[in-house]
Amino acid sequence: MKRVFFNNRWLPWLLLAPQLIITAIFFLWPAAQAVWQSFLREDAFGLNTTFVGLANYKQLLNSSEYHNSFWVTFVFTTSVTVFTMAFALLMAIAVDRLIKSEKVYTTLLVWPYAIAPAVAGILWWFIFNPSIGILTYVLAQVGIRFNYVSDPTDAMILVVLASSWSRISYSFLFFLAGLQSVPGSLREAAAIDGAGPVKRFFTITLPLLSPTTFFLMVVNLVYAMFETFAVIDSTTYGGPAQSTNILVYKVYQDGFVGQNLGSSAAQSVILMAIVIVLTVIQFRYVEKKVAY
Amino acid sequence: MVENRPFLNFLAHVVLIFGVVVVALPVWVALVASTHESNAFLRGTVPMWFGDQAVHNYSRMLGTGISTSGMPPVGWMMFNSLIMALGVALGKIAISLTSAFAIVYFRFPFRMAAFWIIFSTMMLPVEVRIVPTFKVVADLGMLNSYPGLIIPLIASATATFLFRQVFLTMPDELTEAARIDGAGPMKFFRDILLPLSRTNMAALFVIMFIYGWNQYLWPLLITTGSDMYTIVAGIKRMSTVADTDPQWNYIMATAVLAMLPPLLVVIFMQRLFVKGLVETEK
Repeated sequence: MKRVFFNNRWLPWLLLAPQLIITAIFFLWPAAQAVWQSFLREDAFGLNTTFVGLANYKQLLNSSEYHNSFWVTFVFTTSVTVFTMAFALLMAIAVDRLIKSEKVYTTLLVWPYAIAPAVAGILWWFIFNPSIGILTYVLAQVGIRFNYVSDPTDAMILVVLASSWSRISYSFLFFLAGLQSVPGSLREAAAIDGAGPVKRFFTITLPLLSPTTFFLMVVNLVYAMFETFAVIDSTTYGGPAQSTNILVYKVYQDGFVGQNLGSSAAQSVILMAIVIVLTVIQFRYVEKKVAY
Repeated sequence: MVENRPFLNFLAHVVLIFGVVVVALPVWVALVASTHESNAFLRGTVPMWFGDQAVHNYSRMLGTGISTSGMPPVGWMMFNSLIMALGVALGKIAISLTSAFAIVYFRFPFRMAAFWIIFSTMMLPVEVRIVPTFKVVADLGMLNSYPGLIIPLIASATATFLFRQVFLTMPDELTEAARIDGAGPMKFFRDILLPLSRTNMAALFVIMFIYGWNQYLWPLLITTGSDMYTIVAGIKRMSTVADTDPQWNYIMATAVLAMLPPLLVVIFMQRLFVKGLVETEK
């Protein structure tokens, strides 16, 4: 904390004004609108709006389509998080061993971060294309018919792969930093006591890495839940048969495509509650730095 | 390294080479596909080595684009993306610097309230408030404009927190010395704080440039006229058309062009990029 301050009555507000005004107009006001809208319902022609209380929420919670979307989101976010982190950790451990070639491999692994999720979606969509995709061809050679257009599981695999791919570099960098901050003396002591590399990894490195792991878990969950809209929209459009219609995509579909504003607003409010919980978890962690 | 285990080192290399190949595969396929002519894709599989149509494909896409789909030339969409990315990056840095300065160096009523309002942006990603935000922008007449693309995205809690952190580590003696020398707050801000936070600004710029360039949902919603399309949002519209009339070579050339600028930024400014990435998540 500072001991020395400037004294000025209006200057700080002037400095804060751009940020606060933008936040108020483009964040808080729309959010409040969403909350208000979620209590309203428009008739089919958009002429009359009536206050319906919690009816929109009730309808959502009883809708099997919404339950499905929750389930799909759960499967999707868990798969993306686990897959991304496992792959990234494996790479980080390997790079951490090789001091000499660390730089080269790091460069070769971090660049996908630069590629937009929407473009990542297009790339994977292309290599898994049912008629000309190169991986579809390879899979067909070993007898697997991969068709994300008709098969729900294949569609899920496609979006999970595309979403994880564009996120690996991020987790990789954090895991690598975490691994490199594990004190060498600890590993050496364990080695002298006769612990092999595998044992050392599970008893020393992994526990010491747990803050990084936890942090990445939260961040990747948030990413998979909210920032993968582009991947879905550039590949499967939530299909086939709603099998990749995650919550964020459903808000968009119901609100923009389906023009069901009340329901879309109620979904927005539910999602906001989820982000708020995740952000709070993230920040509590960052403040306390839960060490093992 | 605790002890020398050649086998494990070898295994590490194998794992990494496998990883690098997996990571590079989609981009490789796109790059190769962008150098062939359209009918190279009629044979049932994608070619795995470069063709000779690269110059033709890229110059056609940059110059005229696929006119049948009503798309503007890719060169124009890249220009729009560039304006958007620069606007978002510079805008975020500017308003976050001044807010952080106000919060750290002044005591005023409702300071914490201001802090929490800024924090709230973190909990309201655009994806969860699409419809009402679109409506606000429409009511303000900002659809299909650069301000509409840029301004709603520049509020940033992460950037503000980053600069707050940086300012908190500046020694109080600096402020005292400046005050004794008769410098007012704005002079102190401009001549002392800004130069001292230059690397942080650069690191943040790299991250926010990538963020701005890669925006998808927002430009997709508010650019209804094709002259305002950004390349990342435009490529999807192109691929929708391609479903009926696949011109894979052109789509993949566009994909390559869409990823090129942020990719160059990451490769050539890797140190700043890593710094920015780690700092914004603290």
